[in-house]
Amino acid sequence: MKRLLLSIPVLIGVSILVFSIVRFIPGDPARAIAGVHASPQHIEQVRRELLLDEGLHVQYYVYMSNLFQGDLGQSTFSRRPVATELRERFPNTVRLSVAAMVVATAVGMTAGIISATRRYSIFDYSSMVGALIGVAAPVFWLGVMFQLLFAVQLGWLPSGGMGTFRHLILPALTLGLATAALIARITRSSMLDVLRQDYITTARSKGLIERVVTYKHALKNALIPVVTVMGLQFGTLLGGAVLVETVFSWPGIGRLMVDSILARDYPVVQGAVLLLAVTFVLINLLVDVIYAFLDPRISYGTREVE
Amino acid sequence: MRDLELTGKTEPLRRETELRQVMVHLRRNRAAMAGLVVLAIFLFCAVFAPLLTPYDPTGTDLSRALEKPSGEHLLGTDELGRDVFARILYGSRISLAIGLISVAIGMLIGVPLGAISGYYGGKFDLFMQRIIDILIAFPGILLAIVIVAILGTGVGNVMIAVGIASIPIYTRLVRGSVLSVKEEGYVAAAKALGLGDLRIIVRHIMPNCMGPIIVQSTFQIATAILWAAGLGFLGLGAQPPDPEWGAMLSKGRHYIRVAHHLTTYPGLAILLLVLGFNLLGDGLRDALDPKSRNSR
Repeated sequence: MKRLLLSIPVLIGVSILVFSIVRFIPGDPARAIAGVHASPQHIEQVRRELLLDEGLHVQYYVYMSNLFQGDLGQSTFSRRPVATELRERFPNTVRLSVAAMVVATAVGMTAGIISATRRYSIFDYSSMVGALIGVAAPVFWLGVMFQLLFAVQLGWLPSGGMGTFRHLILPALTLGLATAALIARITRSSMLDVLRQDYITTARSKGLIERVVTYKHALKNALIPVVTVMGLQFGTLLGGAVLVETVFSWPGIGRLMVDSILARDYPVVQGAVLLLAVTFVLINLLVDVIYAFLDPRISYGTREVE
Repeated sequence: MRDLELTGKTEPLRRETELRQVMVHLRRNRAAMAGLVVLAIFLFCAVFAPLLTPYDPTGTDLSRALEKPSGEHLLGTDELGRDVFARILYGSRISLAIGLISVAIGMLIGVPLGAISGYYGGKFDLFMQRIIDILIAFPGILLAIVIVAILGTGVGNVMIAVGIASIPIYTRLVRGSVLSVKEEGYVAAAKALGLGDLRIIVRHIMPNCMGPIIVQSTFQIATAILWAAGLGFLGLGAQPPDPEWGAMLSKGRHYIRVAHHLTTYPGLAILLLVLGFNLLGDGLRDALDPKSRNSR
């Protein structure tokens, strides 16, 4: 609950920053918002609508009250409301990010657990080297390499666009790999930590088979840092989505934002940035709630009762 | 100034032995050494690029466009007939410069802010933390993109954007270290001696926060290089004809079916450089952490 209250000033700050994007651009904000090819009359109209001749606090008040009515302005490029554009694109970004997180969790945790239980095996070495490369490889390059291999040379999967499930595989894999690498490293070290604990030795000495010890006793406690990292990684994932969406022509928010920056379509840029930041803040909030749920002290208490 | 040196007279000896311990530990770490070798090679390429290739990274020759790698053009040529190997060599200058300068910007602003926040606490600290919360609300590379959207494209603006985007990381990190260090006895002693706040922070607190800052900076350079390459890839970073790796990759993508060397090699260059910094960072973290130093 306290965290919920703390995120309110953050959201206000984010809105101020997004509001100022246009005001910071050298030159006339009205021209920036009306678009490069706007007529003098149109620019004058925008100037009046935004109250640009009034003080900044008045402008911000107008911006915010429009925002709460769902009015994010109008694209200077397509002339459509920004809110509509965002509503069309946002589900695609969510689908891509969630799919990438699923890939990252499945690949990362599997590799991490196997590495920890077979420490110093060939699998352990190769997966940890793979993880090092996965973190260092630029996500857009990985995407292009996957396109080259799976679309151009093997012809197994489409190289871009959206539609069927097959279109989702390469982008999700690309976006998920770096996070998978990180999750693998964290899972491995966290599992190794837990496996050294006294209660694991106790469980073993009770004669429990190794698999039960690994999955029932160790994994549950090893997961806490993993969940934290997953939450923190969602931001990196959203940032990476901007790049991956560009590589695979995926019609999401990130690509919309980049296209709008290049086209100087500032109302859309503001909307997209605001949406991505708010999403990120809300995800972090959710992670905190989940984390409180998994809190080591709480689970420690229940274990003693068992 | 002079009495600063006087009070610090016993310091260098102790620090040298500490430094030596860290170096000994680092030298034993094969992965970190490999990282260091990779970085040395890139640095060498960046400095001596003109001696390592006869080609001009921006010199076009349309009659030899899109050639596959050969003895003459080690990594082939691009769509304008420019030598890809030469462009990658010169590109290392851009990437290293962006990595180092943007991290320097982030450090120069972030470290003092974090130190002041942690040392004084109170209203300033509260205010700073809320600002940092807001900056951190922008995921990963996004903050850099937003800043570039305001400032405009180009290598210089990328450095500023990535630099600003890394401020929060330093502020958080330094504030945390200062909070723990300032409770130490020697800080209380320095205060009791009547030393000024500035001198206590600079002479007594900061030297003990350097470990985490060095480790973080090594990783942060890697991140900065990745972000800058991402911006270049999106068309928001370095502009043509600059031989920037991300921008090269983005252009080369259009020829993926006929000449994949245009995308493969710049990407590998980014990967290797980032890997070098990450390996060194891992090694430094272990070497600077007394706990893991003893356990190994």
